[in-house]
Amino acid sequence: MELEKFSYDNRLPKLFAIATITWGALGMLLGAIAALQLAFPILNFSEYFPHLAFGRLRPVHTNAVIFAFVGNGIFTAVYYSLPRLLKTSMWSKKLGNIHFWGWQSIIVLAAITLLCGMSTGKEYAELEWPLDILITIIWVIFGINMFGTILTRRERHLYVAIWFFIASWVTVAMLHLVNSFELPISLTKSYSWYAGVQDALVQWWYGHNAVAFFLTTPYLGLMYYFLPKAAERPIYSYRLSIIHFWSLIFLYIWAGPHHLLYTALPEWAQSLGTAFSIMLILPSWGGMLNGLFTLRGAWDKVRADPVLKFFVVAVTCYGMATFEGPMLSLKNVNAISHYSDWTVAHVHIGALGWNGFLTFGMLYWLIPKLFNTPLHSRKLAGTHFWIGTLGIVLYAVPMYWSAFRTYFMMKSFTPEGQLQYQFIDIVQTIVPFYVLRAVGGLIYLTGVIIMVYNLWKTAKAGKFVAEEEMEAPALVKNYKAPKGSFWHSFIERKPLMLLVLSLIVVSLGGLFELVPTYLIKSNIPTIASVKPYTPLELQGRDIYIREGCYNCHSQMIRPFRYEVARYGEYSKAGEFVYDHPFQWGSKRTGPDLARIGNKYPNSWHFNHMYDPTSMAPGSIMPSYPSLFDNELDLSTTNSKIHAMRKMGVPYPNGYEATANDDLRNQANAIANNLKQDKIEIPSSREIIAVIAYLQRLGTDIKVTTVTAK
Amino acid sequence: MKFSTYLEQIAGVSIYPVVSLAMFVLFFSIVVYRIFLMNKEEIRHLENLPLKD
Repeated sequence: MELEKFSYDNRLPKLFAIATITWGALGMLLGAIAALQLAFPILNFSEYFPHLAFGRLRPVHTNAVIFAFVGNGIFTAVYYSLPRLLKTSMWSKKLGNIHFWGWQSIIVLAAITLLCGMSTGKEYAELEWPLDILITIIWVIFGINMFGTILTRRERHLYVAIWFFIASWVTVAMLHLVNSFELPISLTKSYSWYAGVQDALVQWWYGHNAVAFFLTTPYLGLMYYFLPKAAERPIYSYRLSIIHFWSLIFLYIWAGPHHLLYTALPEWAQSLGTAFSIMLILPSWGGMLNGLFTLRGAWDKVRADPVLKFFVVAVTCYGMATFEGPMLSLKNVNAISHYSDWTVAHVHIGALGWNGFLTFGMLYWLIPKLFNTPLHSRKLAGTHFWIGTLGIVLYAVPMYWSAFRTYFMMKSFTPEGQLQYQFIDIVQTIVPFYVLRAVGGLIYLTGVIIMVYNLWKTAKAGKFVAEEEMEAPALVKNYKAPKGSFWHSFIERKPLMLLVLSLIVVSLGGLFELVPTYLIKSNIPTIASVKPYTPLELQGRDIYIREGCYNCHSQMIRPFRYEVARYGEYSKAGEFVYDHPFQWGSKRTGPDLARIGNKYPNSWHFNHMYDPTSMAPGSIMPSYPSLFDNELDLSTTNSKIHAMRKMGVPYPNGYEATANDDLRNQANAIANNLKQDKIEIPSSREIIAVIAYLQRLGTDIKVTTVTAK
Repeated sequence: MKFSTYLEQIAGVSIYPVVSLAMFVLFFSIVVYRIFLMNKEEIRHLENLPLKD
């Protein structure tokens, strides 16, 4: 058979690897700073840089680690492994370059816009609509390049790693499109198309599956390629890898509602989420064991090779996190973990252990190959391994401890039936754990810096191999499979079919989960007293979203005695019908705000936002002095009201024209009310809008109770 | 009142979880059944793909 000559391009894998390391170190640094801000609020520097307050910094950290660090890690792996597994060059270098620079521009723009407070208010999908569109374009370019490569391959069969890449690509595309459905009101601001319960369900269907199909499945592809490579032996069981693949992508997509247990989400959807989450243990552990068993009889290699050490801990962390995940979806466990530091510990086992260590292992293996030289220092890599492991433990243990401590303190009542602890008492006792967690994170980061040095020295010592020449026979056209050949290899030979099949498998879950929630729209109980926000409250709500308050405050009271006693009547689905986007939150570093309205006088909020410790001594909330200087932007009211009405919020026709009059009246009333408490502030400042919004929260239902009486 | 009360007004909503479970079990059984029919030679070729590049 005639051999065709071609070459593997190493330039793009190198660029993506550099980006992975750079954004990784930066994203982790931001994480450490955010962690320290929780322990030492002064580090928010609110007086000087309102852009760096925790509420804005934390989304930059999460987005940087997920989409910049892990994202570039995925692309490094794909651009290196795909041509090699398929015996061909990447389809287009030009598209590869556009992909690389496009993705890095998105990252930079994301960091800038998030720090400027341009946020949709939906976790891990905070980027505003122009960036959402840019992401879509770059993602499609990546897909075209990937499929172009697959279609021009010289190896008939697609190795299992490629299936994981394909399924990840198509599912992330679907998730991104569905969740980013929003109505722009300006270049930098949009409202989620969905409201309340629907928005929550779509968001967590997205949020959960972003973990699944961005942080997990592409990294499984990475594992199935680099682990056998580093161990120099095939994967333990190829059969198991197929079961792993299909059952994982089938099950994952259904499990989203486990993020919303005990909320106002329908019971059946919660149970469905739990059932599928429990079933997820099986494929996940199948995959973990497949990885670990690959090293059977080769554990002596693990002792000597830092790459394998990183892989072993990464795969073990995958096993731990995927056991913990289903446990967290049990309602009784979730009652403890939800809104607590347990969730934070859980995701960091995944991020630091699974994604981080797998990436480090890949880089320690890849950089010497790209520069055709041995690793500068195996010993330093070993040091990195131990420091990193210690960092993970020191990060996770305080968070678990803090979660349980919080839970027991939250739910303890005095014999007289009163809550034993104020929220602020609990905050005070867990601050030391925040310090320890930051120390754990900094130790982990130290390991990363050691890696940067080690890889830098390696690259310096070697010479970059830009192209690797190869030759292989072309594929035979009109190929007929030998008799008795397995149907799966048929699917495998047809990549487009694999794409379509995996899309069907993942969209089934989406359809079954989401469609009923669309149907309920007509059945949703419009609690008669729940009214749209006033223009001033709406503006205040957008400031609440801009400052990222949802990062620390939930707006969803669960039906537990200790929550109802602390925060008030539990939340009802009908209360959120005008919330575009929903702001239920996922973590309570501060107290729930669902019924904060009318709990305190306006002056309390005024003083509290200016200096939280003045009203709540020991508070770790940042202060927001800029809200007291900034003039509220009234020019947007018109388009905001208009957009809301378009999405079904019943503002009267033509209300846009008079909305600002109502806004000023309400603002003046609040300013006058503050005057009675000897506080002088012009009614045009942003803080007035924030107070208006906070005072409205959860009060609609109180009106019903009063009228009912 | 609980949210699920309103949801019950949708005709046949209780069938959703059952159907989804049934679908998965069926799908999974087919995958497992076929996998054990796989040809050994083919598996050897496939699993060695990353080692041969």
